[in-house]
Amino acid sequence: MGSTAADTHTDLRKTPLHALHVELGARMVPFAGYDMPVQYPTGILTEHNQTRAQAGLFDVSHMGQARLWGEGADKALEKLVPGNLTGLAEGKIRYTMFTNERGGVMDDLTIGRAKDHLSIVVNAACKDADYEHMQRNLPKGLRLEILDRALIALQGPFAAKALARMSPDVDRMSFMSFAPMNIAGFDVGVARCGYTGEDGFEISVHNDDADEFARLLLAEPEVKPIGLGARDSLRLEAGLCLYGHDLDTETTPAEGDLGWTIAKRRREEGGFPGDKIILKQLAEGPKRIRVGIKPEGRAPARENTVILDVAGKEIGKITSGGFGPTVNGPVAMGYVTRENAAIGTPLGLVVRGSTLAAKVAPLPFAPHRYKK
Amino acid sequence: MAERRYTKDHEWIELNGSVGTVGITNYAQEQLGDVVFVELPASGKKLTKGGEAAVVESVKAASEVYSPVAGEVVETNGAIAKDPSLVNREAETNGWFIKVKLADIKEFQALMDSASYQKFVEGLH
Repeated sequence: MGSTAADTHTDLRKTPLHALHVELGARMVPFAGYDMPVQYPTGILTEHNQTRAQAGLFDVSHMGQARLWGEGADKALEKLVPGNLTGLAEGKIRYTMFTNERGGVMDDLTIGRAKDHLSIVVNAACKDADYEHMQRNLPKGLRLEILDRALIALQGPFAAKALARMSPDVDRMSFMSFAPMNIAGFDVGVARCGYTGEDGFEISVHNDDADEFARLLLAEPEVKPIGLGARDSLRLEAGLCLYGHDLDTETTPAEGDLGWTIAKRRREEGGFPGDKIILKQLAEGPKRIRVGIKPEGRAPARENTVILDVAGKEIGKITSGGFGPTVNGPVAMGYVTRENAAIGTPLGLVVRGSTLAAKVAPLPFAPHRYKK
Repeated sequence: MAERRYTKDHEWIELNGSVGTVGITNYAQEQLGDVVFVELPASGKKLTKGGEAAVVESVKAASEVYSPVAGEVVETNGAIAKDPSLVNREAETNGWFIKVKLADIKEFQALMDSASYQKFVEGLH
């Protein structure tokens, strides 16, 4: 059997929950320079289903957390992202992306407005480049504070119930809002958001508190630990992009079907890197666009699978693909030409030399169940 | 009892006369995780020793199952195509993949026996 080569785990960074993962029997793998749990002994399918049915705890401490301080931080940061930050209310979070001069995406991120600063969460693999990008391109009067903290995601239909047992306030939070809180004696930042399509929270915790806080959450009957494997299948079913796969520096937000993140004012005014290219694509439609793809058989079509139109011509590639446990079948996302992007368009997927039938499918594959 | 041999790629083969039943080892299924799809060869397909015989996919990834010997596929296990999780539950019994008519029985005898395979797996940790 192929591809079971062992990886060496030297020089990998560890999150504050590393010992807990090992104690829980996780299989650890290198991810974005960190030694991370890909699954626990129950396995990816069980972990995925646990998150959809109950609640799951994810260690996402590898992600980058930062704060931007100073007068006019919102206006200044708008020069680097197409999101509407000046219109962002205090306590609210927005999803946006750093774009480059070609309109490509350098990273996707969330930005929240606190009383006196902006709170920024970026991808692990991009965080050093993102910090450098901000430090180089933002006015000197602003101060970027890089936080060294753990980040714990609690996701699933019972996440709020479990967390509210410790802190009733969380139940009143709306989706895409955040607030500093004290939960069970720990100073934390709680954001109601996530990467699974389910209701849930991402909780920023001091490194020294992280292990104890995670154990408290895991003691709740609804909560089980979930690894990166299920995190990937959950976000794929939810139709959410994974940076470096579904988005990259050669792909614009318009191509990524992320036009919904660019508000009317930003479309009218521009003023972000690659604005002309992105806005033209939004107005006219991009040549290629990200769509959901449902293979008709049982065989998963993985990343880099070639996509054909009905005539057999190559029109794009799968950027994320695998098995969706909630869908109980293969699911994928990829880029196709605009003419082939309508829901229901028949496609061919070249898997191991054979062409498998597939169709353009609506995203998400599993309905979002966010708190209204 | 029929004899069993193993490969370094974590396949097992059990010989009955000139026909070998091939599957993946329990160690292999543990490494793979939840199996969600298997692709089996057509009956009559000629296999080379170490060549691709089948594909097994977990939630995470696709992997090849290699034929431990040269020969011809005489039967495939429809039960694992219908219920891929059988490969996880019964990897070394009912979760077999294919039956192969061996071209050369000496290829079987040259493979690792159970004790050697156990030692090999222990060396991987």
